[in-house]
Amino acid sequence: MRTYLGFPQAAAVSTMDSQLRANLRNATHTIRDKRAAAIGELPDWPGLRAHAKAVKDHTLRNLESYLEQFEAAVVAAGGQVHWARDAAEANRIVIDLVREAEASEVVKVKSMATQEIGLNEALEAAGIAAHETDLAELIVQLGGDTPSHILVPAIHRNRAEIREIFRDRMPDAPADLTDEPAVLAAAARTHLRERFLAAKVAVSGANFAVAETGTLVVVESEGNGRMCLTLPEILISIVGIEKLVPTFADLDVFLQLLPRSSTGERMNPYTSMWTGVTPGDGPTSVHVVLVDNGRTRVLADDVGRQALRCIRCSACLNVCPVYERAGGHAYGSVYPGPIGAILTPQLRGVGSALDTSLPYASTLCGACYDVCPVAIDIPEVLVHLRARVASGPGHLGEKAAMGVAGWVLRSPRRLGWAQRWAVRTRRFAPKRLPGAFGGWTDTRDLPRVPEQSFRDWWRSEGEKG
Amino acid sequence: MSVTSAREEIMGRVRAALADAPDLPRPQAASAEVPRPGQLATPAGKPGHTGPGDLAGRDPADAGPRSLVELLAERVRDYRAVVHVVAPAEVPATIAAAVRRQGARAMVAPEGVPADWLTPGVDWHRDAPALSARDLDHVDGVLTTSALAIAVTGTIVLDGSAGQGRRAVTLVPDYHLCVVRTVVPGVADALALLAADRPLTWISGPSATSDIELDRVEGVHGPRTLEVVIAVDG
Amino acid sequence: MRIALFVTCVNDTLFPGTGKAVVRLLRRLGHTVDFPLQQTCCGQMHHNTGYKALPMVGPFLDTFEGYDAVVVPSASCAAMVREVYPRLAAGDPALAARVAALRVHELSELLVDVLGVTDVGAYFPHTVTYHPTCHSLRGLRVGSRPTDLLRAVRGLTLVDLPAADECCGFGGTFAVKNPAVSAAMCADKIGHVLNTGAEVLCAADNSCLMHLGGSLTRQRTGVRVLHLAEILAAT
Repeated sequence: MRTYLGFPQAAAVSTMDSQLRANLRNATHTIRDKRAAAIGELPDWPGLRAHAKAVKDHTLRNLESYLEQFEAAVVAAGGQVHWARDAAEANRIVIDLVREAEASEVVKVKSMATQEIGLNEALEAAGIAAHETDLAELIVQLGGDTPSHILVPAIHRNRAEIREIFRDRMPDAPADLTDEPAVLAAAARTHLRERFLAAKVAVSGANFAVAETGTLVVVESEGNGRMCLTLPEILISIVGIEKLVPTFADLDVFLQLLPRSSTGERMNPYTSMWTGVTPGDGPTSVHVVLVDNGRTRVLADDVGRQALRCIRCSACLNVCPVYERAGGHAYGSVYPGPIGAILTPQLRGVGSALDTSLPYASTLCGACYDVCPVAIDIPEVLVHLRARVASGPGHLGEKAAMGVAGWVLRSPRRLGWAQRWAVRTRRFAPKRLPGAFGGWTDTRDLPRVPEQSFRDWWRSEGEKG
Repeated sequence: MSVTSAREEIMGRVRAALADAPDLPRPQAASAEVPRPGQLATPAGKPGHTGPGDLAGRDPADAGPRSLVELLAERVRDYRAVVHVVAPAEVPATIAAAVRRQGARAMVAPEGVPADWLTPGVDWHRDAPALSARDLDHVDGVLTTSALAIAVTGTIVLDGSAGQGRRAVTLVPDYHLCVVRTVVPGVADALALLAADRPLTWISGPSATSDIELDRVEGVHGPRTLEVVIAVDG
Repeated sequence: MRIALFVTCVNDTLFPGTGKAVVRLLRRLGHTVDFPLQQTCCGQMHHNTGYKALPMVGPFLDTFEGYDAVVVPSASCAAMVREVYPRLAAGDPALAARVAALRVHELSELLVDVLGVTDVGAYFPHTVTYHPTCHSLRGLRVGSRPTDLLRAVRGLTLVDLPAADECCGFGGTFAVKNPAVSAAMCADKIGHVLNTGAEVLCAADNSCLMHLGGSLTRQRTGVRVLHLAEILAAT
């Protein structure tokens, strides 16, 4: 875990990294354009988006009964369901299952939930090796790095950097490895093939869990997901309790929205759906770990709970001007970008310096809300969380300033006095500001205070017309 | 701490979290009169989904109404898969030519693949008894049928019924030759026909990754070559 | 029609020229403008930073209810009143009804939708590029109204701003709390502005223009910033 002060401090460093900035700019703009084209093809995107929002809201409102229904359906189909209140409990369940299987390693499908609970670290501490099999996750794992994007975890790396990582850290990398993406992907295929054939236990997440049928859905591109979900004997899926949808038919709207919003494709290359155990096909032992880990806390907040509608498409990251400059690592969480800025402080609580800085890591420009396929009003939740931070301890200088400003601005008489005082002292107005405001005047001139405020002009001349 | 207590505690937290939340009814299912959001409207406003309907008119790359088969073929080709649209009687010859072009010597054809599709000169495995994953890694390809295909998204769905085999046979070999006999317009039409209790694999083009500079590369772990024969009656 | 000007506290104090331009423009079009002197601030800065803005709602209502139209030369303040006030008032039906009865318009909305004019009879012989601020673009969704107005100005050459829909990086207290990212966004926006070759950068929010203009003068680019009202009032 990296030590972490707050978003502004981390972003101040990352915005200076010109290579990172170039990588991010290229990647986010490419995917932004693809998404716009794919969404533009839908005859009724606003309708589809409103429907997806309504389905998710209804599911969350009735979460208890849908969780019960889901559990019963999984058990009826020969699967086992486990419940985890927090990350530690979820990790313990997985470790126990792996030990029971007498396995010393697992193969993994990319999963945000397992990153959130720190499963790889917990497995390692228990002497179990976890092999990430998604290409980007492999790049991140081999590079001793952390993901910086929900969908494209190695978005901060370019091909030359990836070639170096493979040459240094992948024992079976070919000697003539070039930086062609196709060549790098082929090296990953060879590297992981033996792992897939030998693996006894796989760990996955799930994009959706169908209450009615007990079906889990994994959406992916490379086929590493299919390998993990199909070849090993034992499959353990870590599923956040907010992943439920009521019926199999409800997958319609989400399978249309997710790929178009995330990779800008009409459909992702592979989607796997499975329900418990199928004799003669795939794993013979299927486990689902339902994880809370702060989700019920989010659910309890009537403004913030909309964040649980998130389907992890990452469209909000790709349009966010702040993410594009600061990069994913500055958010200090597995959930970067706008959705991370509202999800992380809610899941963890606004306790640390990082978590209190995240709600402010946005200009409230609204681009994230515009592209969100489940219409999460991220700016609204950001402002809501800012109020929670501002009502907490600290920020004494700001509170005092806001108090004085509010007192002045609530009265036209006091505002008039303040304006006249500013006019009288305009000759002494500094060119550079001290303290917290210095960041402004490092790169920008301050506006000059005019000779007369508008209201004084109105009183003296304007009113006459 | 038992597992049961975790369940009870989480359920209690959910109940408490929603104690004051207003009731939210299940959103109205799509009615017959109004097209589903995001889905196709058929020209006559019929809910039967017999053609691409107004989608064709809305597609900028489109110059007029087309059949579902043409739409499917175009969209599967967009993923850089090899596509043939043929009459059902031409399927065996199309398979023979494809296998020859691919240079495949050993192929899997799970039980249920018609015998007249099995081109002579190729070593055909029927996966009965089941081949090991390592055996599958040593064959050149796999020939299967499919449950259905979705035209708008260019997606082929396998559900493990006769002719499609278990999931591993269409995953481990590097070449997948797949015959499509049923085409539906959209995702909802597919879900309405599919059974959730079967293991489902939705395939939209060959295995691909965009993880390096968002540059799409076909072929990582799944079959790097996908060849589709669309043979719809009438 | 009784039109009231809500000039906003920022314009009142720092950019009185914008308020004067609105008055001049509307009078030229034959309308009477009132400036209720008890007006102060909509509370946007407080709200967006996490502080209570509800105390601002009552005084705003007392000042502006009853007018046929309230014109605001700031998209972000207009959005505050139109989008956020209803949420702040949600718990109080009487207050919510008063908020719902307000008729608040950003300047370009008032001109195009309420007064029905696109050609306001202005003359401004300069090359101009227009930055659609986030609150006008995604908050109020004013669309092409400002550029339609600018295109009708005689002598004016309007040049497209690349990546126009991207935020300039101001974001109120964001510019103070996250100076590094704010400056990086500002620099990119300025780069696009300079590439257009325009003499003037125009927008519907002086707060964004203060941020961009501060950088344009610091870098001695020679490019001026002007609020939409000031160009439309020019003859």
